[in-house]
Amino acid sequence: MTEIPEHLLKRAQAAREKAAGQGGAQGGDESRIPSDLLERSKAAGSAAAVVPAAPATSLPAGAGPGGHTQRLLTVVKAGSIQDVKAEPVDKVHTWPHLLSIEFVAALACTAFTFMFSWFVNAPLLQAANFNQTPNPSKAPWYFLGLQELLTMFHPMIAGVTIPGMGLIALIFAPYVDRNPSNKPEDRKFMTSMMTMFLMFWAILVIIGSFFRGPGFNFIFPWRDGIFFEL
Amino acid sequence: MARTLEEKPRISVKERLAKLGESVQGSQAWNSIFRPGSIFRKGYTDSPRNRSYVVMNSVLYHLHPVKVKRHAVKVSYTLCLGGLSFFLFILLTVTGIFLMFFYRPTAADAWQDIQSLQTSVTFGLMVRNMHRWGAHLMVLSVFLHMARVFYHGAYKAPREFNWVVGVILLTLTLLLSFTGYLLPWDQLALWAVAVGTNMMGYSPVIGSQVRFVLLGGVEIGPETLLRWYVLHVLLFPFVTVIFLAIHFWRVRKDGGISGPL
Repeated sequence: MTEIPEHLLKRAQAAREKAAGQGGAQGGDESRIPSDLLERSKAAGSAAAVVPAAPATSLPAGAGPGGHTQRLLTVVKAGSIQDVKAEPVDKVHTWPHLLSIEFVAALACTAFTFMFSWFVNAPLLQAANFNQTPNPSKAPWYFLGLQELLTMFHPMIAGVTIPGMGLIALIFAPYVDRNPSNKPEDRKFMTSMMTMFLMFWAILVIIGSFFRGPGFNFIFPWRDGIFFEL
Repeated sequence: MARTLEEKPRISVKERLAKLGESVQGSQAWNSIFRPGSIFRKGYTDSPRNRSYVVMNSVLYHLHPVKVKRHAVKVSYTLCLGGLSFFLFILLTVTGIFLMFFYRPTAADAWQDIQSLQTSVTFGLMVRNMHRWGAHLMVLSVFLHMARVFYHGAYKAPREFNWVVGVILLTLTLLLSFTGYLLPWDQLALWAVAVGTNMMGYSPVIGSQVRFVLLGGVEIGPETLLRWYVLHVLLFPFVTVIFLAIHFWRVRKDGGISGPL
């Protein structure tokens, strides 16, 4: 058995004696609130009562047990530092609700990539040859919109200005769009702008991918074949 | 013989396993791996508290809060596009590391390495296919993710900056894909990149200088292969991971995914 330190035993003994003595003398219902505070609160309870003068003791008014003095420095209201407005939000546990969906999505994605890779091989043409330019030469599909623009504009416009402006427009979209609503019916303008933007690139990419043949001339894929490698 | 068996009752395999499990789970090593409150320390029975502990006491807490809004788990709202883009990035990292074991970024070896990877390395063709199709899929999913976010108005305050980070990530995805396009060093790679980089030279002021640095010369050549290899396997993935971390952090700081329409 571990030994209890002597000072703790003494303290416990003293507390026990004190409790027994108080219980006998005052019936146990005396609280630990200092008498002057108790009187003050009683006085506040009756409207007519005048606040009595501080009891004539050596301690200053408002002194706590043991003569410590407390001062009220400031009152910090709830909500002035932290926003405690607790609005009920309909929430579910991340596990299992979200994580299981993510797991299935990742699995399906892996399965799709795996099966696709099973049946379709990545292209590997002849080794690179600087002296033999294939006809047509096409950029990767996501840049074919730009290559398509090259047929219409000066390279400076098609390769730099238009895609640069597109990128800048995308970056600044949230700062330009001052409409706070996210409801589709409130933002028909932005929705149609974005749809036009996406369609613009999608159509250019499709034309560049499938409707351009040797010499990057316009062809019909069903008539002249497909000149496109992923 | 019978007497000895009575004296030493055999301990069944089940009991041995239970005892082993107890000693492992009580060991200092086990308890140092799993945090207090981890389901691997105290077992899992389905209760709201344990559901919270699964996220709270694992590395997942960096990515997900304990609870998410109910509409956020609707597949029809996000179509999982952002998560799938990230997953494809991981898939591409794993398959890409595999490919690095068999590939030398020199004009003399590159094409031959890919050729022998496909013909004489176990699963070589399969992993290369997955890397290529996964890359195209990632470009597509990042693009669709952007469209989804726009149509839901999810770029609006307080998420403006995260949208900007997203546009940067889209650009990085395209750069990752484009730098990887050159690496097989076949006719398709060489001339697709030649077409792509020709446009770059027309940028005003610094266009030709940037092109010279990226190509390692005035024209695409063997130096370009090494540069783009380093960009593809090191620089761009590194930058992308940094922006991904900012992107995911901001998703949570801005209050999870955007509200329902």
